[in-house]
Parts: sequence; C-alpha cells; structure tokens
Amino acid sequence: MTLLADILIAALLVAGGVFGLVGSWGVVRLPDMMTRLHGPTKAATLGVGSVLLASMIFFWAHHGHFSWHELLIALFVFLTSPITGLFIAKAHMHLSWTHGELPQPPSGAEWATWGQGAETSPIVTVPEDAPEGE
Amino acid sequence: MSILAAALWFAFGCFALAQLLCLYRVVRAPGFSDRVLALDTMTINMIALITLFGIQRGTSFYFEATMLFAMVGFVSTVAFAKFILRGNIIE
Repeated sequence: MTLLADILIAALLVAGGVFGLVGSWGVVRLPDMMTRLHGPTKAATLGVGSVLLASMIFFWAHHGHFSWHELLIALFVFLTSPITGLFIAKAHMHLSWTHGELPQPPSGAEWATWGQGAETSPIVTVPEDAPEGE
Repeated sequence: MSILAAALWFAFGCFALAQLLCLYRVVRAPGFSDRVLALDTMTINMIALITLFGIQRGTSFYFEATMLFAMVGFVSTVAFAKFILRGNIIE
C-alpha cells in the first residue's frame, strides 16, 4: 500500500517539476509579452497543483492523517493566478498601445489608465488625444 | 535511494532551475510587465519549493510559510500592476 502511494507521489512530483520548469522556460523563451503570460499559468495550476496533491497523499499515506492545508493553498493559488494574469496583461496593454489603437469601452466609459488620474502615473505617458476624465 | 527520494530531488532540481530562469528574466527583461510576471512566477515556484521541503522533512510545519508566500505574492503583484497602471496603489 505504501509502495503504491510512493509510486503515485513520485509520478505527481515528476509531473509537477516538469510543468514548473516548462512554465518558467516559457517566461524566458516565448517571443512576446502576451504569449509569455501563458507559461506561468501552467506552472501555477498543473505544477503547483501536482506538488500540493503529492504532499496531501504523502501525509495521508505516511503519517496517517489527512492534511487539509494543501487544499487551502491550492484553492488560494487557483483563485488568485487568473487575477494577477489579468492585471499584468492590462498593465502591459496600457504600456504598449496608445489610446487611439484600443477599442472604446461601451457605455461611454474610459480605460483606467486614460481616465481621471492618469497623469499621476510615472511610467505611462499620457497621449495627446486622451480625454480630460469623466 | 527510494523512488520517493529520487522524485523529490528531481522536483527540487526542476523548480530550482525554474527559479533561476525567472531570476534571469527579472534581471534582463524587455519591459516592466515582464519583470512583474517573472516575480509572480518566482513566488509560485517558491510555494512549490517550500511544499517539497515539507515533504522531505515529513512535517506540515512549513504550511504557514507557504500560505504567506501565496498571499504576499498575490498582493504585491496586484499592487505593482496597479502602480504601473495608475501611478497610485490606493486612490
């Protein structure tokens, strides 16, 4: 029984390690920013997920108690990684395109960077055609 | 060496190499958002490394450290992205 669990844990650890490495390799190797965002999502879901699952099975098989901690961490990582991905994509979008190249948001709203308070950003230069704010 | 120990060392090596690749991307990056993305990936890899260390030691003592890394990593990434977007974190 313990050997079977060990084989399962080893397989999960190897899969997790490979996915983690592939994710970070993607961050270095992929050609542009929007494709580079793909790499860490694999590391965050499959890589860390496999390692946490392996940890759960390890404590269940070797120590006889079920460990809920890993489930909590997995839930937190799975919830937060899409949000960070969205934020990074949005920051990149506002750094690399000008106001005129982006489609206008519906119902008269304005993009966050070019709305009110955009002039306080030290990195983004406010384009000429930016509106004064709502 | 048992199969579990071998797999643990393999995973350690993979995540350590991943951490080094991300560090390279933090130091040499074409843009700001690349650095933020690489730092976010580093916290993700660190969560995996601490969990692996917990398996090797056979203790769930390192759970708090993992949880702290997950939370601080998320908050710092969002704060950094917000800073790039607006030049302000809390408006």
